[in-house]
Amino acid sequence: MNNIVELIEITKSYRRGSEIISVLRDINLSIPQGEFLAIMGPSGSGKSTLLNLIAGIDRPDSGRIIVSGIDITTLSEDELARWRAFHVGFIFQFYNLIPVLTAFENVELPLLLTGLSKGERREHAITALKIVGLEHRLNHYPSQLSGGEQQRVAIARAIVTDPSIIVADEPTGDLDKYSAEQVLDLLAGLNSQFNKTIIMVTHDPRAAAKAKTIRHLDKGILNATRETSF
Amino acid sequence: MLLVKLLFRNAFRQRLRSILTIAATTIAILAFGFLRTIVDAWYSGVEASSPKRLVTRNAISLTTPLPISYKDKIKKVRGVSLVSYGNWFGGIYISEKNFIPNFAVEPASYLELYPEYVLSAEEKKAFLQDRKGCIAGRKVAEEFKWRIGDTIVLKGTIFPGEWEFTLRGIYRGLRPTTDETQLFFHFDYLNERLKKIYPQRADHVGFFLIGIDDPRRAAEISLEIDSLFKNSLAETLTETEKAFQLGFVAMTEAILITIKLISYVIIIIILAIVANTMSMNVRERLSEYAVMKTMGFSWPHISVLVFGESLVITTTGAVSGMILTFPAAKIFVDAMGTLLPVFNITEKTLILDFIISIAVGISAGLLPAWKAINVPVQRALTKIG
Repeated sequence: MNNIVELIEITKSYRRGSEIISVLRDINLSIPQGEFLAIMGPSGSGKSTLLNLIAGIDRPDSGRIIVSGIDITTLSEDELARWRAFHVGFIFQFYNLIPVLTAFENVELPLLLTGLSKGERREHAITALKIVGLEHRLNHYPSQLSGGEQQRVAIARAIVTDPSIIVADEPTGDLDKYSAEQVLDLLAGLNSQFNKTIIMVTHDPRAAAKAKTIRHLDKGILNATRETSF
Repeated sequence: MLLVKLLFRNAFRQRLRSILTIAATTIAILAFGFLRTIVDAWYSGVEASSPKRLVTRNAISLTTPLPISYKDKIKKVRGVSLVSYGNWFGGIYISEKNFIPNFAVEPASYLELYPEYVLSAEEKKAFLQDRKGCIAGRKVAEEFKWRIGDTIVLKGTIFPGEWEFTLRGIYRGLRPTTDETQLFFHFDYLNERLKKIYPQRADHVGFFLIGIDDPRRAAEISLEIDSLFKNSLAETLTETEKAFQLGFVAMTEAILITIKLISYVIIIIILAIVANTMSMNVRERLSEYAVMKTMGFSWPHISVLVFGESLVITTTGAVSGMILTFPAAKIFVDAMGTLLPVFNITEKTLILDFIISIAVGISAGLLPAWKAINVPVQRALTKIG
């Protein structure tokens, strides 16, 4: 199976005052195309840092990160930004939709960087919103949507550019049980029906259970793979 | 287009804050434009002056007269095409609060020298033929509701007595900068009466107005005129009309400098207000900019959003301020009467208003834009939007 993400000997530490805190130590990780990976671990274990590194929004102290055959650690900030526009879809815990843009406009936003025409952008955005079941909410502002609906808009925004990987940081962390279930089903569906590679960080064992693979991160060390029954 | 939509919506997201900032910008631009117009009004005489006209006066002071006989000598100087003369009369119409600049002039040569005072052929003829006739500017005639044929009585201050004139014409300015608040009458009328009541003051003028063929020779001709009367009892000082007018402006320069300073202080204050608004707006939206950066938007996009928002606020305020300057100026002019003869909001002032609003918009957006561009993208994943 082809690996879409390869982490080789990744080390990351942060400086807090004069103290250096080691967050990730010698991380090696291979994620195959079409994987739905859940990364679990206690607070401060480094799972969000690991996600940020894979998504190209943070840089490791050492090691290499190869996504879709590109070593992103060698890219400049501008190259990295351009790379993210085409290769990564983000889903945040608090949705992070732009409140003054409608659901449709929020989904259209990442497409501005793709060079698509207005008509093509519209088509793509509507398709993405249809996939998440919100085609009837195009002109609603985030404040007019429930938490679950906002997160589905955020998922539509993440997939609209057809990225290589989708990264989700606690995507159900701010949702009630029913909405969380809907969002997880949606992610699972994207993975199974569209073969999307999803890397999800979560605290919630029920959320992790939806993934194909679970990895535990503790004190900066990645533990062995555990397949789920999904 | 979506980015433009976003920056407009961002600009009015905190509606009250934006409206108050726009209102402050409106008032600032109104005040700035208004003060600039006052400064322009001060310089209106300078602006209206012609490079083809010189003014000769007594070297001692403007209040010391010159013999009228100098006219013929001045006329003979090479390059001089026309010589007129006159006196500041300083008459009061009814009450001292009615300020009307009034002059006794040699009418034919004066009107030839000042083609910007436009009279109809009939009015001009009537004025030239009537030794007791006078002409007045449109503004002053409107203010005092004068009609042609009206008798106007001025109370002399420099030349005591009651002086009666018949209004023979109402002139209009050829250009917006032409002073339409003055009154002119025949020098001969003044001179003849002076011969009877103050013979020692007769046959003397306050100034000569000289038309020249070539403005490039103004300095040379001025020197030549002054050299004619060197070591005489009444030495002359000749200068261009512009320099003569600037001499008057210089007398009140301190006031002008203060007005200019105040106008720039207003701009600095509005810069601080807009910068504060923009700082608050951007600080509240840092996580949104971080989200956009995670999506791949980079500094040019973020800059467009921040600077665009700042410019929307300042230019909206500026345009409102520019529009309001017109009624404000009208109210001011109505209240001031003829005290400021030319009070026009010029194109230059409006352009300056607009440039300042752009400069304020950009300056106010600098620090917030830098902050938004440099927000760590990790923040998007950890902070509530």
